[in-house]
This record gives sequence, C-alpha cells and structure tokens, in this order.
Amino acid sequence: MMKEKQLSLPFIYQLAIGLILFIIAFLAAMVFGAADATVKDAWLALTSNTANDTVTLLREIRLPRELAAIFVGAALGVAGAMMQGMTRNPLADPGLLGLTAGANAALAIAIVFLPSANYLAIMLACMAGAAGGAALVLGLGSMKKGSLSPFRIVLAGAVVSAFLQAVSEGIGLYFHISKDVSMWTAGGLIGTSWEQLQIIAPFIAGGLFAALLLSRQLTILSLSEEAAAGLGQKTMQVKVMLFCLIVLLAGASVALVGNMTFIGLMVPHIVRAVTGSDYRFIIPMSALVGASFMLFADMLGRTINAPYETPVAAIVAIMGLPFFLLIVRKGGRTFS
Amino acid sequence: MARLYTDHLHVGYGDHLIVKDLTTSIPDKKITTIIGSNGCGKSTLLKAMTRIIPHQSGTVILDGEHIQKEKTKRIAQKLAILPQTPESASGLTVGELVSYGRFPYQNGFGRLSKKDHEVIHWALEVTGTAAFKHRPVDALSGGQRQRVWIAMALAQETEIIFLDEPTTYLDMAHQLEVLELLQKLNREQERTIVMVLHDLNQAARFADYILALKDGEIVKAGSSEEVMTRDVLREVFQIDAEIGRDPRTNKPICITYNLLKGENKHEESIYSIPVAVRAHS
Repeated sequence: MMKEKQLSLPFIYQLAIGLILFIIAFLAAMVFGAADATVKDAWLALTSNTANDTVTLLREIRLPRELAAIFVGAALGVAGAMMQGMTRNPLADPGLLGLTAGANAALAIAIVFLPSANYLAIMLACMAGAAGGAALVLGLGSMKKGSLSPFRIVLAGAVVSAFLQAVSEGIGLYFHISKDVSMWTAGGLIGTSWEQLQIIAPFIAGGLFAALLLSRQLTILSLSEEAAAGLGQKTMQVKVMLFCLIVLLAGASVALVGNMTFIGLMVPHIVRAVTGSDYRFIIPMSALVGASFMLFADMLGRTINAPYETPVAAIVAIMGLPFFLLIVRKGGRTFS
Repeated sequence: MARLYTDHLHVGYGDHLIVKDLTTSIPDKKITTIIGSNGCGKSTLLKAMTRIIPHQSGTVILDGEHIQKEKTKRIAQKLAILPQTPESASGLTVGELVSYGRFPYQNGFGRLSKKDHEVIHWALEVTGTAAFKHRPVDALSGGQRQRVWIAMALAQETEIIFLDEPTTYLDMAHQLEVLELLQKLNREQERTIVMVLHDLNQAARFADYILALKDGEIVKAGSSEEVMTRDVLREVFQIDAEIGRDPRTNKPICITYNLLKGENKHEESIYSIPVAVRAHS
C-alpha cells in the first residue's frame, strides 16, 4: 500500500500563522477605537516614553485594556480546552459549567464583607467561587448514577449558574451594591488598570505555562481514564491539577472582566479543526486564538457604536450562541 | 515462579465483592484467556491485575513487587492494557495515538527520541497500520481501529499485554486477524498475552491457558483440553455443550449447545418462589 502524505500543515507553521494573526489583531486593536491613532502612535506607546496626548492615551488606557483582552482570551480559551479534554464533553466551558457564575457570586460576597479588599483578595475570592460553582455542577450532574453525559452536565450548569446569578443579584440588592457588582461583572474590559493587570496577569501566565506542561497528560486522559491509567498516568493527581488550573484561569478572568461565556467553548473547537485533537497543539493554539478573538471582540465593541461602548460580553455571546447550537446539533461530534 | 500472580485477591465496589479470594498466576510467555458469563468478574479481574482499579484485599504481584505500591509509570513499561472498546480516540491521528504508547518512557514535554520513533515505526508496521499513519483514528473501520490500539500497546514495549475483549464489534474475519496478530507476537517475540474473550472456540484455539470464572471465582484453570469439557461449561455457563474437535486445528470446539433447564440454582429458585411473588420480580 502506498503511504499517504501528511495532509495538514506541520504544527510549527500553524503556530507561526496564528502568531501573525495575533499580532495583526493586537495592532488593529491598538489603532482603532473611539480616539483614532496611527500605527506609529501605537509603536511609540509600546517602545518609547513619548508623551503626547494620543500616545499617553494609548499607553495608559488602551494598552492595559488590550493586554487584559489577551490574558483573558488566552485564559478562557485554554480553560475551555482543558475542561473539554478532561470531561470529554464538547460543551464544556467555564461560563456554561457554573465557574463564572460561582466566581461572580464570590465577588459579590467579597465586595460586601471585605469592602477594603484589594485586587489580589478579589481574585482569590473569584477563584474560590469558581471552584465552588464547578463543584456544585459536577456534584449535581453526578447525583444520578452513571457517567456524566455532556447534556446533563450542561443542564446542571445552567441550573447552578441561574442559582448563583440570583445569589449575586440578591446580595447586590440587599446590600445596595448592585452597581459595584455590575461594574465588575458587566464592565468587560473598561477601566482595566495597570495595577490590576500587574496582580492578575502573572497568575494567568503561570496557569497557561502549567497547562502547557500538562498537555500530554490531558491528551491521554481525553482518550479514556482507563487508557490513561494503563499508560502509567496518576489519573487522580492529574485531574486535580487540571481542575486547579481551570479554576485559577477562570477565576482570574472573572476578576479581570466579569462574565464571559462561550470563548472557552468556541476557541478549542475552532483550534481543533486546524491542529487535530492532540492537546500539545490545542493548548498553545487555544491561547493564541483566544487572545486574538478577545482583541477582535473588544475592538468591535469599541468601534461599532463609537464613542459608546458595546459590551464585549454581548458581542461574544452573539457570536457564541449560534456556535453552541451548531455543536449541540452535531451531537458533539465536532469533538473530533 | 510466574512474573505476575494474585494471592487471595478480593476486588469489589463497596460491600459488593466481584472477585473473591482469587489465587492464580499468569504463565509467562503464553497466551492466557479469561472466560465466563456476563458479570462474572472477568473485566474486573483484568483491571485489578493491571492496577487500573484498586483491590480490597489480597495481593497482585508483578516481578516481586506489589502492583499498587510500585510506580505506575514503571508498571506501564512492563505491562500494557488495552481497555474494552476504547472511545474513538477523538480525532487523534493514528501516528499521534501510537506515539502516546511511549508515554511511560517520557518526561516533561515529551520529545520523541530516535528510539521512540523506531519503536513507533515498528508498531505501525507489525500491525499493518503504517499506511494510515496520518489519518484520524475515528475515520477508520472497527478492525483497523482495533489494530491501531494494539499498535499503541505495542509501542509501550511491554512483555506483558492485557486485552479486554479485543474482538468485540469486529466481524469474523477481523476477529481472526486480531487474534492471529496477537498469536504472532506471542510466538515470535515471546510476549505474555492475557485477554478476555467471549467466544469459547476462539479461546480454545488461541489460548495456552484458560481461566474459567464464575461469580468471581475460578471454576477451572488449565489447557483448552482441560477447560473445554461438558462439565466445566455446564458449571460456568449453565449450558449443555456438545464438544468436538476442530478438524483443522485439532483443538476442542463447542459444536452446539442448549441452555440447561431447571438444573441450575437460578432457575430452581425461580420455580420455588410462589407465583404471586414471581410476578413482581
């Protein structure tokens, strides 16, 4: 029999193309906005100490915002990929499985009971909330005997999310902090400061790196637990580590931008269509594509109806919902 | 003494014991098959012997080491297991999947060494799957897919290979193909093969040693001549079997069989229950 040629592009070229798209998205996001700037301004803002109006605006307001978009997009893309691999559930997403809602509820609680909390405390609260939300969903989903079917988990996620959403809103109303809570949760990337970034970004960067290290383990775990155990994986240990990473990435994202469903769902599916199903390739590519996607969505949010902002969460949801329905319709078979 | 043996092994979930007080050893460099009716504990025994599931009490010893205590990665270098009908491996290509057979030998990011590449190449060749190296596993037919999974187990380079029903969902020709491949590996490379099979005649034809299980206990262990008898099959499967001889392989075969009526405990108990109660059960 004749040997077949490898059809897809070697991963290194895929990565290069991804990187180029990412850089284009970044530059575009820097240049376009309510206040127009030139590529030269963007370059000056990045590389020099020049201090004219446009350059200062870019450096102090737009740059931290775009960096936040990059970190959040990468974190959510990778968290989604890890969740999908670990649960073998094509519909897994931090927003759909209760992590985001849990983080939001924890955020509301933190604002009430720790009014002087700094960004670090807020972020840790968000992570704890994300862990709690995920635990509730997994617990509820596995109450009935048998394996966790994708749809049952998503249903449990919807129920838990609605409940936790109600909790945050209840807290907001009762303690008259609705405005503070919604500032965080619906604010998207508006008002991201350097100070906030400095605290949260290292956590995300660390989480992304650790995810990369675990990507091989994730691939064999995504085959089946028995196969993974047979290959000599400490399955329980790996699952706990993955869970912690997912919670860290999702919690840190909420601390930066609040609600952001569907990125974690969409990005890994788009990536898989190009790289195939090996998480050694999916994880880095999801980070790149997630970051580019968020930059693009944020840019749209700033320009569609300038000078007014269109919430980036709404833009992502408008793109994400049809995608979700498509995956459901295919019965999760896009998972290949 | 055999490299792999169990001693008073108990396996179960909660209070429910599935494998009971089982002491046996797996003959080295032979093909062993485990037979028994549904739910008799075949797969559970297989998983417990390969440390995929924990056991309650007793021991499984591999090369003098307690299997639950030794490093799992080290065990994976000695013993491979092909789980029952693995999920379709999502969209991994054949080459990718087989290369994960090298997992027990790798660290960190897992770059493949020259040796790794050689072993992977060999595993693909010997299973006849090299031709579709770049195709996604889930685009293959059932028989091809099974051979790819076997290739992955082979890439693990272990002397002992466990397989849980490797012929399920395959047609007759493909079943034979898989079994002949395993036989070849056993004869040419002296690998120890342990597998669960449903088909008695296949078990008799390929196995050097058969373990017949019932309710988590061994009813009979031995060569196909010793196990493929009317009495043993009556005990294990509650069937009345007609045993003959395969004219080509000269191995015992079950030519035809009937279900035993009223003789086994199960049936008796039903007949002894009053009608009103029976209706509810």
